[in-house]
Amino acid sequence: MADLTTVFAGGIRCPNPFWLASGPPANCGEQVMRAFDAGWGGAVWKTLGEPIVNVSSRYSSVDWNRQRMMGLNNIELITDRPLEVNLREISEVKKRYPSHAVIASLMVESKLEAWRQIVRQAEDAGADGLELNFGCPHGMSERGMGSAVGQVPEYTAMITSWVKEVARTPVLVKLTPNISDIRMVARAAKNGGADGLSAINTINSITGIDLDTLTPRPDVGGQSSHGGYCGPAVKPIALHLVQQIASDEVSRLPISGIGGISGWQEAAEFILMGAGTVQVCTAAMHYGFRIVEDMIDGLSNWMDEKGFRTLDDFRGLSLPRVVEWKNLDLNYKIIARIHPEKCIGCDLCYTACWDGAHQCIHLDRVAGGNGNSHRTPADIEAESSRRIATTPIAKLDRAGGNASGPYATPLARIPRVDEDECVGCNLCALVCPVDGCITMERVDNGRPFESWEQRMSKL
Amino acid sequence: MTYHPREDIAQRFAEIHPPLDPIAALVEANRCLYCFDAPCSAACPTHIDVPRFIKKIATGNLRGSALGILDANILGASCSRVCPVDVLCEGACVLHRYNKQPIEIGRLQRHAMDHFYGNGAKLCVLPPREGAAKVACIGAGPASLACAAELRKRGYGVTIFESRALPGGLNTYGVAEYKLRPSDSLREVELIASLGVEFRFGVSVGREVTVEELERTYAAVFLAVGLGPGEPLGLPGEELNHVVDALSFIACYKTAQTISVGRKVAVIGGGNTAIDAANAALRLGADEVYLVYRRSEREMPAFQFEYENAKLEGVRFRFQTQPVAILPAGLECVRMELGAPDQSGRRKPEPVTGSNFLIECDMVILAIGQSRFLEFLSACRGVELRDGNVVVDPETGRTSNSRYYAGGDCVNGGREVVDAVAEGKRAGIAMASWLDGTNA
Repeated sequence: MADLTTVFAGGIRCPNPFWLASGPPANCGEQVMRAFDAGWGGAVWKTLGEPIVNVSSRYSSVDWNRQRMMGLNNIELITDRPLEVNLREISEVKKRYPSHAVIASLMVESKLEAWRQIVRQAEDAGADGLELNFGCPHGMSERGMGSAVGQVPEYTAMITSWVKEVARTPVLVKLTPNISDIRMVARAAKNGGADGLSAINTINSITGIDLDTLTPRPDVGGQSSHGGYCGPAVKPIALHLVQQIASDEVSRLPISGIGGISGWQEAAEFILMGAGTVQVCTAAMHYGFRIVEDMIDGLSNWMDEKGFRTLDDFRGLSLPRVVEWKNLDLNYKIIARIHPEKCIGCDLCYTACWDGAHQCIHLDRVAGGNGNSHRTPADIEAESSRRIATTPIAKLDRAGGNASGPYATPLARIPRVDEDECVGCNLCALVCPVDGCITMERVDNGRPFESWEQRMSKL
Repeated sequence: MTYHPREDIAQRFAEIHPPLDPIAALVEANRCLYCFDAPCSAACPTHIDVPRFIKKIATGNLRGSALGILDANILGASCSRVCPVDVLCEGACVLHRYNKQPIEIGRLQRHAMDHFYGNGAKLCVLPPREGAAKVACIGAGPASLACAAELRKRGYGVTIFESRALPGGLNTYGVAEYKLRPSDSLREVELIASLGVEFRFGVSVGREVTVEELERTYAAVFLAVGLGPGEPLGLPGEELNHVVDALSFIACYKTAQTISVGRKVAVIGGGNTAIDAANAALRLGADEVYLVYRRSEREMPAFQFEYENAKLEGVRFRFQTQPVAILPAGLECVRMELGAPDQSGRRKPEPVTGSNFLIECDMVILAIGQSRFLEFLSACRGVELRDGNVVVDPETGRTSNSRYYAGGDCVNGGREVVDAVAEGKRAGIAMASWLDGTNA
């Protein structure tokens, strides 16, 4: 049975690596306690600081084909509750849930005394660790806080060192993705003495525009402002940035992975990329705290299946497999193979290959070519439009039904890959709606490994 | 016999495929895979670009969706309700081989068309060109309506001659009420009239006006007269007044002021019309309705889904049963046994001697096929007929007389509305291009 217990960044203990990220789901003690009851291993409290005033509305989202909240953005600021209330609730939660992790996210003006004071207050309340919010990209950054700090390595190092001078608990620095090279800030945090990194904070965004009112979203009285983007859509960006800092020898620190994690698969991916814990916000906002049940269950089952007993058994295992492009094997060759017995005849691979790739998938299992060349998509559509179709009236008219050929799908609609021309780009397999219908298969061309770098060095 | 006033027809014939609500339509539209060279479009006789109109529903472009449908099929609204989609677009959907749940194309099409008709139903077509040739269409059913629309789009004038009081052909008079109401059919005809097509109702060509007269005024003639009255069965007792023809029965309940139906009804025939009549008799209040067919369930020409639906409606099927006489008390029948396959490939039914029995009923509905308008069609000189059907070039609808084109049931022997639309459309396009050539 998989063991999910976690010790993170030199001393933060929790029953599993699933933390609520600093945000609306971790706004107050009542929420955090319900989250712990549901199974969450830890929570990063909604950022503490001088109370602010928020606007309404605050969130907007990107839907895709009726799926809600593929991406979410927000223009909400840090906590709007009095500091003493938050502190009192943190101690209450810690008293009732001593084995769960409560991390205080902090953001105050860039003044030594202000930072020292809030660090002391958070730790006195019983926080197990501190997360310095140097990432929030909206509102607070205009006031010289949040990403205004995280975008300048020198500021990041300075404030981190102020905190480290007084902190008794582990200090995490939360990084902004709104920067050209995240490793520069990660290194600065490490120089400042950080015990760990949290990545990523939200991405600058405008999710869309209301085409009736012409106001971008979210609409605040006919105006809008850029917000921080998160949710499933940002996972690939977050995974890359985590890989960047996890692979950087200079800034190597424990990482709490954040960005689009909504299930156990994404959690496993971040851990494979080196993360020690993972943080979740959007998915909990969408479906509630209950989602953690399958995160724990799914990750445990996967670990059991793979033979991983602890999280350390697979942490970072995928990192060595990310290399620079110049080190990839130019002689590795795969081609697409269509399994006709699984093909449903949508021919999306055909149109994708012709319009979006290398014109090497053809519909010629029955009809031949067009002289010396293949029939183009336009040829095929023109032929169909000329064909006379009638309603099959009697049952006898329909003898044979749709099937023509040995498969459920008529042979004429099952595409064929020109294996000599296929470049192995994957596009057809990506667009195919049927699992396992198009597989990308290794072709042994007998050539040894050769990277671009090696090839260039021979010149 | 029970009599019904018209008022409760809507209640008795609630729609069999009710409209999708807007959210259901969006969810369904988003399931469409957007196939290339889609099989659903290929299966549609009018080749509506199905994935394209569905994608437009998904993006909220309902007007664009409707215009795309109408461009391929001017009767897109009635077809969305009456098409046997199971054997056409939805039958061809690749999702049958994916998760067994084809896209509800018919209902999505209706969704787009309902939006169009609910928002002014405006199509822009230029008025006829100065001195442009005119075409006469005979019959105001789906084939003529489609033909006329194509000609008007191409600048030609069109007059449609109709012997009945209302246009729309079987869409108005013959489709089961729970699929299409006469008001829906007439609304669609109004769209075609709005394109500048002229209508002459109550004019029977060959009687009030001769084909020779039409030839003098019109550059070309489109024959879309459909099929004639029901064929007689040739049985003793057929002249009794509780015997009615299925199409007359259907036309009557759809458009007449009062409707009568028996308490026990026997419908003779195994086609879709027989089923429509049987279902209607039940919905109109008959206690028992029998459908009498001389072959077995397997040979029945009705669509499988119609058969299944009729069983749910409560129709009692009497297979391998041949009527031999109509009596005042009911239908005298004989049992049939199936022998070797005949010319049609179906097993030939043979009567079992001495197996006569009576199906008690007070109404007999005949649905054994329609006659041809042979007298009229024979008067169209040079127009070749085969088995009573007009012979045409399938791609153009042109008959053996170059000024005559034809489409619909009088050509295909009685298929679906969408087939008539497709034939009318092809003929309209071909006539326009022929007229373009003669004008040049």
